[in-house]
Amino acid sequence: MAAKVRTEGLSAWYGPKKAIEDITLDFEEHAVSAIIGPSGCGKSTLIRCLNRMHETIPKTRVEGKVVLGGEDIYALPAVTVRRRIGMVFQKANPFPTMSIYENVVAGLRLNGERNRDKLDAAVLESLKQAALWDEVKDSLDKSGASLSGGQQQRLCIARALAVRPEVLLMDEPCSALDPIATAKIEDLIFDLRKDYTLVIVTHNMQQAARVADTTAFMYLGHLIEVNRTRDLFEKPRETLTESYITGRFG
Amino acid sequence: MKFRFDRETRRQWKDVVMNVAALLCVAIALIPLGSILLEASLRGVQSLSPNFFTLTNANGGIGNAIQGTLILIALTALIALPVGILTGIYLAEYGKNRFGAGVRFFVEVMTQIPSIVVGIFAFSLILELGAVGIVSPRLVFSTTTGVIALSTIMIPFVARTSEEALRLVPVSTRESALALGIPRYRAILRVVLPSASSAVITGGLLGVARVGGETAPLLMTCLGSSFWFGGLDQPCESLPHTIYVFALGPDAALNQAAWGASLILILMMLGISITSRMIIRLRSVSR
Repeated sequence: MAAKVRTEGLSAWYGPKKAIEDITLDFEEHAVSAIIGPSGCGKSTLIRCLNRMHETIPKTRVEGKVVLGGEDIYALPAVTVRRRIGMVFQKANPFPTMSIYENVVAGLRLNGERNRDKLDAAVLESLKQAALWDEVKDSLDKSGASLSGGQQQRLCIARALAVRPEVLLMDEPCSALDPIATAKIEDLIFDLRKDYTLVIVTHNMQQAARVADTTAFMYLGHLIEVNRTRDLFEKPRETLTESYITGRFG
Repeated sequence: MKFRFDRETRRQWKDVVMNVAALLCVAIALIPLGSILLEASLRGVQSLSPNFFTLTNANGGIGNAIQGTLILIALTALIALPVGILTGIYLAEYGKNRFGAGVRFFVEVMTQIPSIVVGIFAFSLILELGAVGIVSPRLVFSTTTGVIALSTIMIPFVARTSEEALRLVPVSTRESALALGIPRYRAILRVVLPSASSAVITGGLLGVARVGGETAPLLMTCLGSSFWFGGLDQPCESLPHTIYVFALGPDAALNQAAWGASLILILMMLGISITSRMIIRLRSVSR
């Protein structure tokens, strides 16, 4: 399979502190790539560099390349990159003043789309893709904050999908959810693979094993190992990886 | 009878004493407030009549003062709300650097400047501009100068409250807007600002209430007038000024009318506070 996104010698800093160092990694198209590792290993920083969210924090710096379908994203305008590479965050964060409908179309509307038919179509399609349509189709004008935690997270996924990104980044999307809501999101991730390239950061190894095609293990800002998920968990090549997945540290 | 002063009893007594002390302090704080409200209501009500609202100061009414205060408040809000809110946005969203820290400090100091000093500032500003011929010297005592003074008081107040309101919007709201490829200025205006709108509106209304009650800066800018509003370049009457003049006036009828004017001013400011609370409540219910 072809790499949709590729990092080349990517390093990132918070002020003087180096968070990730010299990461070269491929993310395959129409596949789920997981990044695992203990807290503070730089997995969130890495994923935030992929759609230029890292630079929204003051005093940060990035070196190296991120290539999306042949183009260096650091040579494109940041807003263009973020429309092509969407993101879902750890904590569900629907816009508090907007209804469910408005939340889904926020990305389109605030980028200038006014055509009501197009917006309606985007709401239907995105909510269906996010497996939320049946639960909210009669209450589209209710506040996004009125939904349960798991529904809110699926609403955020629908909101990210509505701008038709090519890649969807997920930064620990289930860590604030209960097991049932988590299972729903995991099913969803599995289905979305058909149309999108997904990158998911998780500190839950079982989750990586359940949803990901390939898994990368990071430790202290370095990429230690990347492999097909099954191989990484069953036949780790590095002793660090083995100690982590067997629970000896982390 | 014998008191058993074990640990538990001591604690219970301490609790009682603290509660009583707290209640006492509340009473001390509320007595002046209650007495003002009661006095102003009881005495003020007596002077209320249709004529009281329709006549000018010259004839013992407060019609022109209400008109003047409303004009002053409206013009001040027109200037101070946009400038103040935009300053607040700058401080909260872009001001995480040394320049921002400088502006924040400056705004902070501005909010604490005695209002009479602000009056002198507006007065001297127009006086100087008049001396070099940029504006007419007549403008020194005018509605315009009054609005400059009141805006100088209100802008830092609104900037501070807006900044604080915007800071309460979680970073995650900003991040998720940016992650949708929305340009930063639009994310701020269309997502972050609406999320903080009730607090921003409250701050704006409290700012209006604050300048609505100002007297000192108006003494040397608007001056006061016994007539109806005559234009932006003319002196202008206001409720606080009317109260000041009536209260110091030589005859008992004027002193009585001062109570009526006080009551009206209190009711206006109370109305603003209640409106702002209602806005907050309505918005939180609709959620």
